[in-house]
Amino acid sequence: MTEALTIEGLVPRLAAIAGRENVITDPLELRTYECDGLTSHRAVPALVVLPATAEETAAIVALCAAAGVPFVARGSGTGLSGGALPREDGVLIVMSRMRRIIEIDPVSRRAVVEPGVTNLSVSKAAAPYGLFYAPDPSSQVICSVGGNVAENSGGAHCLKHGFTVHHVTGLEIVTPSGELTWLGDGTGVVSGYDLVGAFIGSEGTLGIATKIVVKLTPLPEAVHTLLAAYPTMAAGGAAVSGIIAAGIVPAAIEMMDALSIEAAEAAVACGYPEGAGAVLIVELDGPASEVEAEVGCVRSLCMKAGATEIRAADDAARRAAIWAGRKSAFAAVGRISPSFIVQDGVVPRTALGAVLGRIASLSADAGIRVANVFHAGDGNLHPLVLYDDGSSAEAEAAEVLSGAILDTCIEYGGSITGEHGVGVDKSRYMPKMFDADDLDTMQLVRCAFDPASLCNPGKVFPTPRLCGEVPGARRGTHPAVAAGQAELFLWFTERAVVLPSARLARPCALRGASSLGARGASPPGAGGASAARPSRRASAARRPGGVPPARHVYGTCAARHVRGASPTRRVPSFPRRTSPSAHHTYQATHSSRRTPPSPPHPYQWPQGP
Amino acid sequence: MSDEHDQLRSVIKDCVHCGFCLPACPTYQLWGEEMDSPRGRIYLANQVLDGAELTAAAAEHFDRCLGCMACMTACPSGVQYDQVIEAARVWTEEARSGEPVPGTGPRDAGPARGAEAEDGGLAGVDGAEGPSARAGGTTDRSISPKGGADVKRRLRDRAVRAAIFSVFPYPRRLRALTGPLRAAQRTGLDRRLARGTLPDRVSPALGAALRLAPPRPREAARGVLPERVAARGPRRAVVGMLTGCVQSVFFPQVNAATARVLAAEGCDVIIPRGQGCCGALSLHSGRAEEAARFARRTIAQFERAGVDAVVVNSAGCGSAMKEYERLLAGLPEPDPTFALAGQEESVSWVARAGALSGKVRDLAEFLAELGPAAPRHPLPVTAAYHDACHLAHAQRITRQPRELLSAIPSLRVVELPDAGMCCGSAGVYNLLQPGAARELGRRKADAVLATGARLVISANPGCTLQITAELGRRGESIAAVHTAEILDASIRGLPAGSLGVR
Ligand SMILES: Cc1cc2nc3c(=O)[nH]c(=O)nc-3n(C[C@H](O)[C@H](O)[C@H](O)COP(=O)(O)OP(=O)(O)OC[C@H]3O[C@@H](n4cnc5c(N)ncnc54)[C@H](O)[C@@H]3O)c2cc1C
Ligand code: SF4
Ligand code: SF4
Repeated sequence: MTEALTIEGLVPRLAAIAGRENVITDPLELRTYECDGLTSHRAVPALVVLPATAEETAAIVALCAAAGVPFVARGSGTGLSGGALPREDGVLIVMSRMRRIIEIDPVSRRAVVEPGVTNLSVSKAAAPYGLFYAPDPSSQVICSVGGNVAENSGGAHCLKHGFTVHHVTGLEIVTPSGELTWLGDGTGVVSGYDLVGAFIGSEGTLGIATKIVVKLTPLPEAVHTLLAAYPTMAAGGAAVSGIIAAGIVPAAIEMMDALSIEAAEAAVACGYPEGAGAVLIVELDGPASEVEAEVGCVRSLCMKAGATEIRAADDAARRAAIWAGRKSAFAAVGRISPSFIVQDGVVPRTALGAVLGRIASLSADAGIRVANVFHAGDGNLHPLVLYDDGSSAEAEAAEVLSGAILDTCIEYGGSITGEHGVGVDKSRYMPKMFDADDLDTMQLVRCAFDPASLCNPGKVFPTPRLCGEVPGARRGTHPAVAAGQAELFLWFTERAVVLPSARLARPCALRGASSLGARGASPPGAGGASAARPSRRASAARRPGGVPPARHVYGTCAARHVRGASPTRRVPSFPRRTSPSAHHTYQATHSSRRTPPSPPHPYQWPQGP
Repeated sequence: MSDEHDQLRSVIKDCVHCGFCLPACPTYQLWGEEMDSPRGRIYLANQVLDGAELTAAAAEHFDRCLGCMACMTACPSGVQYDQVIEAARVWTEEARSGEPVPGTGPRDAGPARGAEAEDGGLAGVDGAEGPSARAGGTTDRSISPKGGADVKRRLRDRAVRAAIFSVFPYPRRLRALTGPLRAAQRTGLDRRLARGTLPDRVSPALGAALRLAPPRPREAARGVLPERVAARGPRRAVVGMLTGCVQSVFFPQVNAATARVLAAEGCDVIIPRGQGCCGALSLHSGRAEEAARFARRTIAQFERAGVDAVVVNSAGCGSAMKEYERLLAGLPEPDPTFALAGQEESVSWVARAGALSGKVRDLAEFLAELGPAAPRHPLPVTAAYHDACHLAHAQRITRQPRELLSAIPSLRVVELPDAGMCCGSAGVYNLLQPGAARELGRRKADAVLATGARLVISANPGCTLQITAELGRRGESIAAVHTAEILDASIRGLPAGSLGVR
């Protein structure tokens, strides 16, 4: 076993990996990382490290895993659910130095980027080829693609173009044990489990993405944006229903109410029609002839619903002017209120009117203003609850109101998050949406990746648990296990840590086909031997302080998998440094089947006391 | 004192932590660290306000801020970052000289730094000794946790700072210094030196200075500008003109062009004699009291001139002069040494500052307001317009210069990619943080070259120095001129060659 590493003891090790200047220990500096875009949750990390490469990231994670220290990934820190909230006893791994666009392949229409690359810079780099990266969160100027992957971020144009999950085809990740591996093959056509799909939206709990293969979409031939002003939200809502009912799928349908218009006006002087109770932004894109026909149709539908004014923009400058108001709306609310909560909930489109009405009455009852900005096309609401944080009573009332809004969403058959994620902020609402079995099943997935519960612990799930722990006093064996549908599964945890060099104090194991190992990605199938290994890491080994293993574990092992995946499961994997191509992957995955079982680990994993 | 803190707190509270300013920030672009972003610096400042001791590491992040104000343009929440960084610079200066950091006492209690005669001479050399000698006696309040404090280096840094501030704001001293630099240029010694590492080993700032020193002005400086230049044609306005320190020493031709353009557009131009520094360099470096002294002098001078507007052709100076009121409001009123004869006692410096700031106009801003009178002649050349930060971000002037330029027949103006990004000049930043400045200069030069332009137009002497130096280093022969020069050439019907276009 390794020596018990204290957090301070990690400093020289981390410095050896990433360079001393990229390990942050100064108390003032550390505090600048204490929160993300949701400032109401704060925790000063014990250490911050900014790796420059995937290999450094892997080495850092491996070090944390060996030392039993929790770690949290952070992109640009714009998350709105506290997903990147650090751990006071842990390491914050910041991806913002990993921001190379490794490749733009205009023929295959894809890009390979590092996770710290901002969303917008992918589109900028693709623009010369007539391509763009479709998911466009309002925060796209700064949010990182890695953060987008973790949150499955969407944006105004997701109505037509889809969310992050629809545009990512391959991921190089560092598993929570510090192993570099690829998920997905970069083509978007995956056979076997869609592990990319599992990783996207996992909010940093299943590992750290270090390279991302994204699809690029051809820039539409024509884009036309309409801005329609309405006296009331209801009238605007009617227009939305009309458009959708007519079978038109605009690229975006966004709505803002009077209060958010006021804020946007104060921030960017967007010049929206004066006195409007609501504005609707409808963007149509596609082949010119199609767009032209649709514009006429949308225009008349908007008029029919009672628009008081319609503005059209078919050139980039005027379009940008219309969008400026919408894209700045969240931050702009800072101009009209000392503090605010950005809520994120989804309701069926048909319930929009009713839910907005309920929000208005909740707001009136609480005496707290709520501004509404939302993706009307897919019913994704962003109520902005305005309050003065100088008054603790008001802050509390705002919190209560914001919770009541979520309850309303659930009541109408919606969801507690559309695109901002659960993080720490909404984990307590998870039991309102999912029953205990659902939550436990999700834990199974999580534990398959992170049996030691070190990777962004405390997020997403209401009660942080170590894997293998009793889910609840009333519960025994997980039903899936009891029914023989799930079994022990170790590959993720037991596989070798593939490190770029021996910079890490622990010996680094390159297992299986050494050629592959040396290139950083583990050979597919290398976990075969691991699966046969006894589950010695399962119990107390991982628990700080040697907490004895819980009695009612689903077995003694930390990780499980759902029946169906062979123990020598195949992780589509391709060598690092080469951008993934279908050809490569094919070879890698198929030759892997012939890879002989690897010898056991040449070294011992650290054990708990 | 606490009023000031309350004001600062409320500025900081406007920050909603959205991060929209991060991509606009040159230092975040360079290093990707939160503490080197506007959002992070605001966070650092807030901690100091809350009573945390300023650590060396935190001070370094304030030092690294270029003060380009790109973050203010980017911020949807309207955070007045300029106020944050100004306060932070004062704290770092104070921490370094062992004086109180906020909350620990009135900051103006310290010795009147640099109180030496404002009237020049080369006494600045002692100025260099003052603060650094004091620094030797003070304890470093904290050891940089990142790699430990290199106290020696920090001493040298301080000496460099002291030297800079005892030379740059004093045109006569600056001019005296340019003699040796020019001599070095004539003999080619500078290039040999700049190529080698010797100057950098002596001081990175010296290395940077050598690399930046501009060649002799294209047009021999035609002595001193007259005190008054009469309007051509009917008089439309009476304006004062600031000559600036760096501008007047390194770019006298820009001042001459400015005066000619203003006169051609029907302005009587008053150029007060013996103008000193406007205080911009000091203000932007946390030397508030020094800046205030310069400001009071400048205010008094232009009050005496009795003009409708004060036209400034150096973006950094213009932005500082528009800030005079806030600068003086934060400081106690001095005894009325500077009061004008006949000036009522009751008029406070703050009020006088407000009145003057109201008259300050950037040259492009003023000309756009005034509207053209003189006919323009064609100038067939492709030029890239560079937004000086203190014009585009600090004064939000981007439209006017473009309008003026696009009104020149045959002139093709192209935009630079990533136009809002600082070139790294930023006052004396390129002397104090030469590494970062050079990298930003490199990026800006790349952007210029990517456009294929033969000419770069910038409205700030610092930018011109920085961009020319970088282009020169690459052996590129792209000329850099001020908006005033290009307007002057067009009005006078001079060929593009007169601007150094090859
Ligand atoms: C003004 C504003 C507007 C916004 N608008 C939208 C919007 O329209 N649509 C939308 O969907 N979101 C929006 N957001 C939310 C936010 O921008 C997104 O969630 C974004 O994807 C977060 O990216 P980030 O780089 O800031 O990640 P962070 O906030 O740093 O992290 C978010 C989560 O991702 C994890 N993470 C980060 N990097 C990695 C990685 N490399 N590998 C694994 N996990 C990682 C973190 O652990 C954390 O759980 C908005 C936020 C703001 C402040
Ligand atoms: S853009 Fe403005 S509000 Fe947002 S983080 Fe930067 S300073 Fe704060
Ligand atoms: S002034 Fe410039 S360098 Fe300083 S924080 Fe703002 S953008 Fe960054």
